[in-house]
Amino acid sequence: MKRRQFSKLVTGLTAGVCMAALSTLSVQAAEPLKVGFVYVGPIGDHGWSYQHDQGRLSVEAEFGDKVKTTYVENVAEGADAQRVIYNLAKTGHDLIFTTSFGFMNPTLKVAKQFPKVAFEHATGYKMAKNMGTYISTTFEGRYVAGYVASQVTKSNKIGYIASFPIPEVIRDINATQLALSKYNPEAELKIIWVNSWFDPGKEADAANAMMDQGVDVILQHTDSPAAMQAAERRGVYAVGQASDMSSFGPNAHLMSVVDEWGPHYINTVNSVMAGTWKPKASVEGMKEGAIVIPSFNESIPANVVAKAKELIAGLKDGSVYPFTGPIKNKAGEVIVPEGTRLAYDELEKMSWYVEGIPSDIPK
Amino acid sequence: MIKLEPRGERSTTMAYLSPLLAAFLTMLTGAILFTVLGIDPVDALITILYVPISDTHGIAELCVKTAPILLCAIGLSVVFKAKIWNIGAEGQLLMGGLFGSFIALQLIEAEGFWVLPLVLIAGVIGGMFWAGIAAILKVRFNTNEILTTIMMNYIALNILLWAVHGPLKDPEGYNFPESALFGDASLLPILIEGTRVNFGIALALLAVVAVWVLMSRSFYGFQIKVMGMDAGAARLSGFKEKRLTYFALLLSGGLAGLAGVGEVTGPIGQLIPQISPGYGYAAIIVAFLGRLHPVGILFASLLMALLYMGGEMAQISLGLPLALTGLFQGMLLFYLLACDVLIAFRIRLKPKKAKTLQPLATETQG
Amino acid sequence: MDIDLITNILYAMIRTGTPLLIVAMGELICEKSGVLNLGQEGMMLMGAVVGFIVTLLSGSLLLGFLLAMVAGVLMSLIFGLITMELSANQVATGLALTIFGTGLSAFVGSDFVGKPIAGLDPIHIPVLTDLPIIGRMLFGQDLVVYLSFLLFAAVYWFINYSRPGLVLKAVGENPHAANAIGLPVMRTRYLAIIFGGAMAGLAGGYLSLAYTPLWAENMTAGRGWIALALVVFASWKVERVLLGAWLFGLASILHLVFQGLGFSVSPNLLAMLPYLATIVVLVILSSNQSRSRLVAPMSLGNPFYAKS
Repeated sequence: MKRRQFSKLVTGLTAGVCMAALSTLSVQAAEPLKVGFVYVGPIGDHGWSYQHDQGRLSVEAEFGDKVKTTYVENVAEGADAQRVIYNLAKTGHDLIFTTSFGFMNPTLKVAKQFPKVAFEHATGYKMAKNMGTYISTTFEGRYVAGYVASQVTKSNKIGYIASFPIPEVIRDINATQLALSKYNPEAELKIIWVNSWFDPGKEADAANAMMDQGVDVILQHTDSPAAMQAAERRGVYAVGQASDMSSFGPNAHLMSVVDEWGPHYINTVNSVMAGTWKPKASVEGMKEGAIVIPSFNESIPANVVAKAKELIAGLKDGSVYPFTGPIKNKAGEVIVPEGTRLAYDELEKMSWYVEGIPSDIPK
Repeated sequence: MIKLEPRGERSTTMAYLSPLLAAFLTMLTGAILFTVLGIDPVDALITILYVPISDTHGIAELCVKTAPILLCAIGLSVVFKAKIWNIGAEGQLLMGGLFGSFIALQLIEAEGFWVLPLVLIAGVIGGMFWAGIAAILKVRFNTNEILTTIMMNYIALNILLWAVHGPLKDPEGYNFPESALFGDASLLPILIEGTRVNFGIALALLAVVAVWVLMSRSFYGFQIKVMGMDAGAARLSGFKEKRLTYFALLLSGGLAGLAGVGEVTGPIGQLIPQISPGYGYAAIIVAFLGRLHPVGILFASLLMALLYMGGEMAQISLGLPLALTGLFQGMLLFYLLACDVLIAFRIRLKPKKAKTLQPLATETQG
Repeated sequence: MDIDLITNILYAMIRTGTPLLIVAMGELICEKSGVLNLGQEGMMLMGAVVGFIVTLLSGSLLLGFLLAMVAGVLMSLIFGLITMELSANQVATGLALTIFGTGLSAFVGSDFVGKPIAGLDPIHIPVLTDLPIIGRMLFGQDLVVYLSFLLFAAVYWFINYSRPGLVLKAVGENPHAANAIGLPVMRTRYLAIIFGGAMAGLAGGYLSLAYTPLWAENMTAGRGWIALALVVFASWKVERVLLGAWLFGLASILHLVFQGLGFSVSPNLLAMLPYLATIVVLVILSSNQSRSRLVAPMSLGNPFYAKS
């Protein structure tokens, strides 16, 4: 007993001394916190990676000399990713964000080798003692977009340019359809898969093909502003994705669902600096300022804008939740019973369409 | 006026000197470029060319990165010697990765020493299968292999994407386009604990030796070389052109397939959409940089791998944009390709003649 | 399908095919001279970024297109110098040119990402443009589309009816024989390479100034490679390049249109159809030995050394 108590004391003391030493160290040295970012695309894509880099810049703006940020762009989601992440960890980065799904396993492997470094992986589902995940609930923005689209459409045909049939995209298509079903059941959702996250030419082609078929509001789940430009030329509406695309179509731009990674990055840096960072599965949306709708087109009727803002307020305070039962799948079976909300971990692996979507998920 | 004159025979001195000259020119241009951009040139060059391999881990990573490029390039050297222009190493690599993954996924639970060889052989077969199609098209239908192999790269990529989005997707993987992680028995063993360097580099080096022996010591290699130099002479000597074509294409396809399966069973450990960031294309450049000689190719692939890693390091340590290293890489390749001219030609300073009798003598200015 | 839809599909078919047609005609001339330049992607990207920057800064689309072509030409000259003067391998040099061009264009364009410009708009002729079915296709395109028609006519005449066209083909078939009868092999090949560069630059400019008026890294997304397939698909005949480009345009539009109409297809399997089709055509064309001699330039990809 005694012995154990003694050792406890010693441990406690040592820990205390160490802590004190550490804190004086950090005060004296005031070494900047090194934060690394790994991007899947070039920051010049004006889409996903660009928007993460905007988040990085806002970290620099917020903390100034207290941080030093580094990014590596165009990192292939194969064998290279692990080396890049490893090198970031080895060169003294204290916090590393890996911003594409394909970086999940590489991040996990490096996290095990560097237990003192904090890792955060975007859009994945695997975690470790020093590796958390983060994702934003773009579906909230899509739900609002779906509502606005349902009100401004004259042809009752809404287009959705989709990239790859992964859960995130399916989920957002469903959120759009749920808004359409609720606010304008006559409206039909036309989905075109372009099999790419970024191909301006093909995205424009898809937008044109939709408009040729009478679509007068275009939503997109791809990264370039080409669809917005195409819509502007033909005088129909479009909804921007990832970044604010209003400059590409002043008249066409209905609204943009903007990913603001800045707040999450700033909060995370803060908690690492304070020593309170813990890995968690962070899911952030409008409430946390991760999903933002900066502006609405002036031609949208005032009552529609008012209702949209009401929806945004509801999404923020939790009174509105797109995936609230009853929700049926395409076969008409009730998947989410009346009154229940589909939990996030179900949304995370969504692989079925809700009732009302005319096409099927490509196999 | 500076004039290029053909040498009677290829210069051995220049064969060694020209890469050094190219390296020097790249350094010089690079240094100017970096200085203009306000970056310390010495710092930049050290970061790109030395820092990535300054410790054991770095060297291990260099091996990891070199293995697939080397395997593809050494295979290509054989077909290129036969003047068969296989541009399809990328597609053959992808098919190797796909076939290997298919077997590995059937054997996730399996244990035993036989699993890995089986998976590797499946990968080799995948690459051979894909190159074999190009070989049949060439031999039976006389189609241009440059074009068929380029087209088949795209077809292979789309088949791979289809498979990883569909039948080979991890059922537990939240519907993301990735296969399940392979079982331990189908992973290439690690050579140095704590790093990622695996048996793949050993296989690649083995392939280099084997191809070297084949090309310089065997009758088959001799026949391939003769066929490449003079197809007519080869035919007159009774060499079986069709059989040699099949052999060369299947060999290079098999090695590319091995590179692919080596990636999925090595550093990646599962099938993903992007198993190659263009190794098959890089290998074409490497094969020519190495002048289709095994030793040359070994050095060229090490250099290529280092350039990739240097590009990452320059971003991490100096914040240089990737575009800049792309530029640097392109420049180095141009210089290397250009300096090789000195092997077959000599530079001579000559007074300009009014009218040369050699209407095609090449001239350069400056 | 109603008439409007057909009208629009035909319009889009031409428009989508135009950049492919332009770059493929350049590659065709280049290959006819026996030179295989795999650097189109790099040349197009340089054309796209230079055209975009010039137009953004000067406000002139014309200047943008002109300098896009100049950029393509300068890139092609790098290729020309290394492969012609220094006899380097064409395949390797072309691939290196693509690496170089991708890096250089990203580097030059990094400050211009996300900036909008007023792109080249389609023309509208009252009555004619509003004709059903063919109206928009023939009378509602932008000026570059009409330029591509003119270029096609010029290239067609050049190859089939002009003396320099004959020289070009002779050089591509057998440079040594051409040299022996006193034809300027080097100059012909240079001019062919330069034309290829100008066309790639123009096609790149078309993407960043008219098709989708914006600059983004790697925005050509592999169209240079499709153009390469197209030349083969067309068995080195310019009239087939025209049809092929529009056919490719139609194919890429139709699969989007069908999806919009509710057909469900695997996008991956669809995406490989053009390449499969090219191989099939290639096999049909070349399975007959004697006929294949008439299609591909015999010396394609082989360097020409001055033998004295």
